[in-house]
Parts: sequence; C-alpha cells; structure tokens
Amino acid sequence: MADLAELLRGAVAGERRSLARLLTAIENDAPGIRELLPSLFAAGRGAHLVGITGPPGSGKSTLVSALAAEWRRRGRRVGIVAVDPSSPHTRGAIMGDRIRMMDHSADPDVFVRSMASRGQMGGLAAATWVVAAAIDAAGYDPIVIETVGAGQSEVEIARLAETTVVVEMPEAGDEVQAIKAGLLEVADVLVVNKADRPGADRAARQLRAMLSTAGGRVARKPPPVLLTSATGGEGISALAEAIDGHRSVARLPDQARARADGQLRRALGEAATRRAASRADWTATVEAVATHEIDPITAAERLLA
Amino acid sequence: MTETPAPETPTTGQPPIRVLIAKPGLDGHDRGAKVLARGLRDEGFEVIYTGLRQSPEMIVDASEQEDVDVIGLSILSGAHMTLLPKVVELARQRGMDDVLIAAGGIIPDADVGKLKAAGIAEVFGPGTSIGQIARYFREHARRRA
Ligand SMILES: Nc1nc2c(ncn2[C@@H]2O[C@H](COP(=O)(O)OP(=O)(O)O)[C@@H](O)[C@H]2O)c(=O)[nH]1
Ligand SMILES: [Mg+2]
Repeated sequence: MADLAELLRGAVAGERRSLARLLTAIENDAPGIRELLPSLFAAGRGAHLVGITGPPGSGKSTLVSALAAEWRRRGRRVGIVAVDPSSPHTRGAIMGDRIRMMDHSADPDVFVRSMASRGQMGGLAAATWVVAAAIDAAGYDPIVIETVGAGQSEVEIARLAETTVVVEMPEAGDEVQAIKAGLLEVADVLVVNKADRPGADRAARQLRAMLSTAGGRVARKPPPVLLTSATGGEGISALAEAIDGHRSVARLPDQARARADGQLRRALGEAATRRAASRADWTATVEAVATHEIDPITAAERLLA
Repeated sequence: MTETPAPETPTTGQPPIRVLIAKPGLDGHDRGAKVLARGLRDEGFEVIYTGLRQSPEMIVDASEQEDVDVIGLSILSGAHMTLLPKVVELARQRGMDDVLIAAGGIIPDADVGKLKAAGIAEVFGPGTSIGQIARYFREHARRRA
C-alpha cells in the first residue's frame, strides 16, 4: 500500500489515480486510515453532499448522469458514489450504475466510483462518509451518493447527505399510497421520474396530497415534488436548481446539528463495538450471552467499563 | 469505517477482489458478459459492469476511477487484435501496471499468443467455466495490503 498521506496529497492535487487508490484504502479500512482522518477532513472544501435514493429501476443512475451534465454546464466538478448491495452470503456484488453514466467517461471533471455495501444492514457502506470526504478534498462539488431505497438505507443516506432526493416513478401509481413513510420523511426533494410515461402527473398529485397531510416531519415545510424525464432531459435543470437551493437550508444550524448528532451516534456505536470486540474477554462474553448466563445489555455495559 | 462484520458475513480477512467487466467493440449483445458478471458476483467478487460498446479509453478511464484489481474484456466482434492491446497500452500509460487484464470470447488460437505477448494475461475460450475464471482471478489478481 502506497503511503496514505502521499495518496491524499495526490488526490488534492487532482490526480485521479491517487484519489481512486485512496478510496480503496478507505473502503478496506487499511492500516493508517484512522490516523489520516484529521488531515483528510482538514483538506475538505465543503462540497454539497447530495443523496439520491428510491426504488430499483426508478431511474436514479440515469438521473444522476443527467444532473451531472447540467452541473457541468454550470461549471461544477461532479463526484458520484453509486452504492449497491453486497450479497451477505458470498460478499460479492454487481454494480451496474456506471452503464448509465458513460457519457461522462472522458470528462476529467466527473469522477464516478461504485461501492458495494459490504455487509452493512442498512445498505449504505459504512465507509461512505469517509469516501465522500476524500472526494471533497479532491475538489468535486457537488458529491452525489446514489443508494437503493430499501430497508434502512434511506435513513442512513439522510443522516449523511445534506440534501436527500427521493426518486419515484409513475408505475408506482397505485403503490404510491403504500410507499414507505420512511422514504417520504427523509426527502428534501421528491422526484417523479419517467414523466414521459402516462400517470406521472397523477403520481405527483398523490405524493403532494400525502405530503400535505400525514407525511413528512411535523413543523416542516413539505418538500417540492418535481417531474423529470432523465432520458429526455425534461425537468433536469429545475431539479438542479432545487438541489442547489436546498444547500443553504441544509446548512442552517439546526439542520447541521441534527445531522451531526446522528453521525456522532453512529460513529460512537462503531468505535465502542470495535474496542469491545478487541478485548480479551470478548469471546467469553459472547459465549456467556449465548448460554443465557448474562443478558446482552448488562454484558455490553461491562465491556464498556 | 468497517464495523464488525454482520454474523452471516464470512470473514476471510481479505477484502473482495474488484473486477471491471467491459465489452469493447461494436457487436450488439452482452448476454455472455452479464452471465460472467453474475457468476463472478456469486463467487464473491465485486463486479463493476460497464455495458456494451466501450472504447478502450472508456474502459481504462472507468478502471482507473474504480481502482479495480482485474479488467475482464468480453469480445466477439473480431476487432480483438486492435482493441485488446490498446486497453493494455492505455492502462500501462496511466501507471496501472499491476492490474490484471484478461479476455474472453471467440478468439482464434493463432491470435492468443500475440495477445499474450501484448500484455493480455489470459484468454478464456467459450467453453471456460466461471469457476475456472474465478480461480484464475483469485490466483493472479494483484492483492493490496
Ligand atoms: N422512459 C423513461 N425511462 C427512463 C427514464 N429514466 C430512466 N429510465 C430507464 O429506466 C431504467 C432504469 O434506470 P436506472 O437509471 O438504471 O435506474 P436505477 O436502478 O434507479 O438507478 C433504464 O432502462 C433507463 O433507461 C425516464 O425518464 N423515462
Ligand atoms: Mg442505479
């Protein structure tokens, strides 16, 4: 493994290969990564972190590609992280999001990285926020993180991203009623993509109605519902405006604090688990819980003592 | 940050091998490449699938950003003698010397030696099983600390 500080310097200087190798080291939690974190964050440039989530096939990757083209026209350099689930059994993954993004392959100002979730229950790789920090240090802004909206991943993405975009499609039509409240709750911007297909207006109306009544967090202005056609280009510039416009809202102190609270709690859980699992009495404690000698909560308290 | 792996996750110590599967050339279907991508996923690889009609430049750009251990090129079009060495050449120009580059598809025996001389590590014929390909990748992919 090359010197990590060297890779960071290269990434900051605009070398794509250094950035790519740094991302691998982060994903693999390579030795030395933890020590690099302070300088990695110090090198950050404050990129806008945008999450894109929604059901498989709703057109997220195509939309991300269209948005990237729009942002490029506005002179922005775009970083994209596309997360796909790992198989819990084989640890393998298949990542096809890039297929939709190949228009940008020759553009040095668009950086695309595919990431497998590597066994995280929520479907969002635990290393994602560090990966985003590294791409930020390399000068890309915005940074878009695509995840499949399933299980807990929409909550995870909302905790990480400053602006969360939830993508639906007209086919969801009658299912719209059944859309998990979770997805609606985390949305800062809602998109009905594939607006070139029948039923899009109706789906948008249904979503707006749901949001104005029960859906959404209390005391919160309902998020805008936008119609797009990622393949035809309709509505893309309005969506880019809505995302860009949300940046300053996301950075209001209350919102920033709420995100920080969630991130800190998660990091704390990971740090505590890591420490406890490396203790000499870990295996014996697992055994004691397995044989009902001790309850897991008391056992956890003892491991933290 | 990696958490303690979920209980059902087999821990082998090594992170999964990352493989980019691409289809250079102009021929229009990618059934074989997709079967290979899925098979490798089931063998525990992280597979990045980039789809049809990729130019050597696109393949190398994607491989660089994805920092893959292996590039697998699936080709049927007959243009293998120009496209495959070009991928190797571009990858080497970018300093990606340690990336394993292998090819599969219908390639005449007479060309296999030339492709290997040009830096293609191995050429898999149509009868090769996914298990064989997986084994070869495991044995020959660069491994990083
Ligand atoms: N008709 C139509 N098809 C679309 C649109 N956006 C994406 N698609 C298609 O929907 C399919 C899934 O798109 P993809 O971006 O991979 O979806 P993802 O799984 O949410 O990332 C592809 O065949 C796209 O071409 C759209 O706006 N209109
Ligand atoms: Mg996708």
